[in-house]
Amino acid sequence: MYTEKVMDHFTNPRNVGELADANAIGEVGNMKCGDIMKLYLKISDDGVIEDVKFKTFGCGAAIATSSMSTELIKGKTVEECLKLTNNAIAEALDGLPPVKMHCSVLAEDALKSALLDYQKKTGKDLSISEADLNNDHDHDHDEADEE
Amino acid sequence: MLGRGSLSMKKIYLDHGATTPVSSEVLDAMIDIYKQEAGNPSSVHQFGRSAKKHLEAARVKVANAIGADPKEIIFTGSGTEADNMAVIGTARLKAKQGKGKHIITSSIEHHAVLDTCKALAKEGFEITYLPVDEFGVVSAADVREALRPDTILVTIMHANNEVGTIQPIAEIGQILKEHQAVFHTDAVQTVGKVPVDVNELQVDMLTVSAHKIYGPKGVGALYMRKGIRIEPLMYGGGQERKIRPSTENLAGIVGFAVAIEKAVEELAVEKQRLETLRDKLIDDILQTIPETKLNGHPTERLPHNANVSFEYIEGESLILSLDMKGIAVSSGSACTSGSLDPSHVLMAMGLSHQTAHGSLRMTLGKATTEEDIDYVVSVLKDVAARLREMSPVWEQRNK
Repeated sequence: MYTEKVMDHFTNPRNVGELADANAIGEVGNMKCGDIMKLYLKISDDGVIEDVKFKTFGCGAAIATSSMSTELIKGKTVEECLKLTNNAIAEALDGLPPVKMHCSVLAEDALKSALLDYQKKTGKDLSISEADLNNDHDHDHDEADEE
Repeated sequence: MLGRGSLSMKKIYLDHGATTPVSSEVLDAMIDIYKQEAGNPSSVHQFGRSAKKHLEAARVKVANAIGADPKEIIFTGSGTEADNMAVIGTARLKAKQGKGKHIITSSIEHHAVLDTCKALAKEGFEITYLPVDEFGVVSAADVREALRPDTILVTIMHANNEVGTIQPIAEIGQILKEHQAVFHTDAVQTVGKVPVDVNELQVDMLTVSAHKIYGPKGVGALYMRKGIRIEPLMYGGGQERKIRPSTENLAGIVGFAVAIEKAVEELAVEKQRLETLRDKLIDDILQTIPETKLNGHPTERLPHNANVSFEYIEGESLILSLDMKGIAVSSGSACTSGSLDPSHVLMAMGLSHQTAHGSLRMTLGKATTEEDIDYVVSVLKDVAARLREMSPVWEQRNK
């Protein structure tokens, strides 16, 4: 069901933990869906992701997408991070099962939520807002069940 | 000693609630049929007569195992099919006879019953889904209260497949004695595991499946008490009293009969052995891993079922981690249920989303040893610690 890359990132997740000197923190997801992702970023004055850590409660795909997204953003600029899509995260893992694509959306949102926090804290204008979060995790369960 | 064997990965199968391996006696009996019986049991010639003899001998064995008369056994293609026949077949017949359109079931049934009831609701039947208590028990008093003059069917499972809770079927059967409603129970999880007697349980219909008791996949049976009628779901032949036409899966049916006979023969000893191992597994987990909780009833449960929730951990990541250590289990988390919601059984029992997502079902079997249990618990300890280290909810709890 999962690709080797997903299993690799699930078994040996990169950058797990907390960052004491994080200057941007994002947390998304909820217990109803069973996925919660928390992302810690340390962003330099010139807008480069110097360090990143994550903690995730969730399934194999949730842990693997969190891990992969930290690898993809480390050393990148804030502007580059804003362009990271859920599809790019899924592709970097050689794909996800269709029912698990929402995990990649969650990873993208965790990043955006952290950058939003950064924007708030520093006053720098990254031109993002709450509306940029996909909020896919609040999908209507009953409706999805009927499919 | 570091022999070759110690380097190969352990394989511990604790998912007997999902399915069991075919036993060698069953397989041998099936191979004999495939090799020696070419005939169709419906044929008049000697080939047909010989096949028919095996078919009827199998029917006697299955009937004996549940205290029924052979005439009351209808072979089906699965437990799910038997459930569908019982529920839809009764509903359609009773509605046609003008007896009513009300059905009572529970909120923790297997989907073979639950989804069938939902489908009937779309056809105009009215379904009452009874709640369960925190242990997953349906109350017989609730059944009595839900009964109406137009109730045509009550279908409550004998034991729940996820949490293992055994239901008060005999008590419900007693209540229904004086009512027109037909009483069906899905006994797929109990036959061969705990004593099942259709007269003691006072049921009109009962579902059995072969592959949960070391028999083959693709065979089941519906017990139908003498005098009980249903509308068939299929047409096309006179087999199984026209209730379930199709050329019989003779090898499968014979394998089923061998499996059920053996299971009942070994029941008393195996039940006790499994209960001892199950209790050790449950106690060891609850005592050595913090924030764990037993789901289901502490005593009124299937002898081979342990269902435990690990707080602050999601079930699928537990399954994957155990799988990498050679241990096969299942979970009621959303990620493993194939939908976006956690198990309907755990939710009906009032568990929080977090507790439901962290549930793990371990179902023991013939090959399970005490050594296996020790290994599983030690792996669980490591895996739970590792996943909690990664969990933001665990982090929050510790602050």
